[in-house]
Amino acid sequence: MRVPFKTSYNHDIRLFADGYQASRYAALVALAVGLPFVLDDFLIGEVTGVLIWAVAGMGLMLLTGHAGQVSLGHAAFLAVGCYAHAILMDRFGLPFLASFALAGVITGIVGVLIAIPVFRLHGIYLAIATLALSMLVEDIIVLAEPWTGGVIGLTAPTITIAGMDMDRFTSPDRFYWLCLAIVLLITLGYRNILRAPLGRAFLAIRDSEVSAQAMGVRLAWTKAAAFGLSCLITGWAGALLGHFFYTFNHEVFTVVVSIQLLLMIVIGGIGSLHGAFYGALVVGVIPQAINIGRDWITEVIGSGGIAIPGLETGVFGLILVLFILFEPQGVHGRITKWRIYFELFPFYRRDLFRRQRSYLKTERVR
Amino acid sequence: MSLLDVRDITIRFGGVTALTNVSFSVEPGEIFAIVGPNGAGKSTLFNLISRFCEPDSGDVRLDGASLLGRRPADIAPLGIARTFQNIDLFETSTVLQNLLIGRHTRRRASFVSQAVFSPAARREEIAHREAVERVIDFLDLHASREQRIAGLPYGTRKVVEVGRALAMEPQIVLLDEPASGLSAEESRDMQFWISDIRAELGITILMVEHDMGLVSAVSDRVLVLAEGRVIALGSPAEVQSHPEVLHAFLGLDQSPAA
Repeated sequence: MRVPFKTSYNHDIRLFADGYQASRYAALVALAVGLPFVLDDFLIGEVTGVLIWAVAGMGLMLLTGHAGQVSLGHAAFLAVGCYAHAILMDRFGLPFLASFALAGVITGIVGVLIAIPVFRLHGIYLAIATLALSMLVEDIIVLAEPWTGGVIGLTAPTITIAGMDMDRFTSPDRFYWLCLAIVLLITLGYRNILRAPLGRAFLAIRDSEVSAQAMGVRLAWTKAAAFGLSCLITGWAGALLGHFFYTFNHEVFTVVVSIQLLLMIVIGGIGSLHGAFYGALVVGVIPQAINIGRDWITEVIGSGGIAIPGLETGVFGLILVLFILFEPQGVHGRITKWRIYFELFPFYRRDLFRRQRSYLKTERVR
Repeated sequence: MSLLDVRDITIRFGGVTALTNVSFSVEPGEIFAIVGPNGAGKSTLFNLISRFCEPDSGDVRLDGASLLGRRPADIAPLGIARTFQNIDLFETSTVLQNLLIGRHTRRRASFVSQAVFSPAARREEIAHREAVERVIDFLDLHASREQRIAGLPYGTRKVVEVGRALAMEPQIVLLDEPASGLSAEESRDMQFWISDIRAELGITILMVEHDMGLVSAVSDRVLVLAEGRVIALGSPAEVQSHPEVLHAFLGLDQSPAA
């Protein structure tokens, strides 16, 4: 087992525990940057999708995983980001980067405004309030037809940065690199917040509101900050999703997407930044796996094919149930345990993590 | 002038009167203990000072300024730290993170500076880390520094909670039963720490405690509450021989007439 020998406070604060860990992440980033040279356009599109979902996952992870406020309405904020971005580019002619940044900020402000009336709600009540919001936004999109195109929807404008075309279909590789850069920047900012006073305040209100207040953490302010930041990130994910889908209408941002986001962070590992990425991977890979499995079964059984309605939802539900039963800390928790098993081999004890199998207050219904 | 001044406090919860006309004041640099049987209103008094409950009448003043009308989160910045009777730590965080939350009132870095982790934010973080390290040194918490609260034994958690209050560098710290549930040895340690907190850090202490041995060993003055009323106030020795105190605690009736 590696035990970093710390010689300064800086050592404790910096992003990576040691050079070994830093080099592993550097290798991962290098691999991600090099992917377009290996994969074909279809697969790069899929990976881009995973990256965008990871951004959305980070948005919800901040709110639910770290600040402990459950939201079942994050599809609404994806929609706000997506439409704000498309409208800003199309109607106001803003360049991509300006419009992208602004779309996030607008979504963040909307998030704070939504958060103010629901501050006093906890657990399941907050979940229901945000669920209602998600449904409301679907209808608002249809009603605000002059701006949103109603049921017909909008088409994502083309992205050009410094004269370079970055569109999803004409240059998937460049769009992928753009998304990757955005993901890296957001991840860095997120990680910085987590090691700063604001991140600790989030953890504090998640674990004990009474105690947090006694430490001088202002509840309303901190919850507003959590909502704002979460929606900022989610808005950015929404803006990217618009480009990813190319055309979108109210049906893209349904309640099902909200639930899928929540499912993503629970499967990935609630309360960890890694969890958002693992969750996005699971959510991105499973539909493809189901399709491939379906084709294979069709081949084996013979012609005619099978189309089981609701198969995807069923598989997701099953996976979620299995995770909650056997690994409440999600994929991230499982991977951490495997890693420690090999690091400590042969001294790993079965009970090493027994105490930590506790639920976050987020997961309890108050 | 006294540091903390509680004047004529009355609190009712529905039909129950938790505190009736309670008055006392804590002088700077004092160790002030509040004792009393269960249900005497000791914790209510603490919750009143931390603004978790409202009095029906009376006033609480710190340095002459009223605390009423302030929100719970505005109390810590004034220099009042507290612990809880049933340990209320941030379970999923490490000891270090818990102590760092104690530094919350002293944060300076702006939001943007935190998000990009500017050199200023880093310097501030290091300063907090140093302050926390002094607390860790003071309370001998080195061994559990990186451990999560969820896996710590009860006695250590109790100490961590005191540490979290000290990390705030408060003027006064409210300890709600610092020795409850501790073994004899841990309780002795706590006794030394309580006297050290005043002697070395110069922090005034207001504590609620059942262990009379601990109370007599460290406190300057003791307030005895029973059924929401003050029945005695004085040095530990005075209070322990006070007839009403003996009556309330032991059921002895030593009225002069008997």
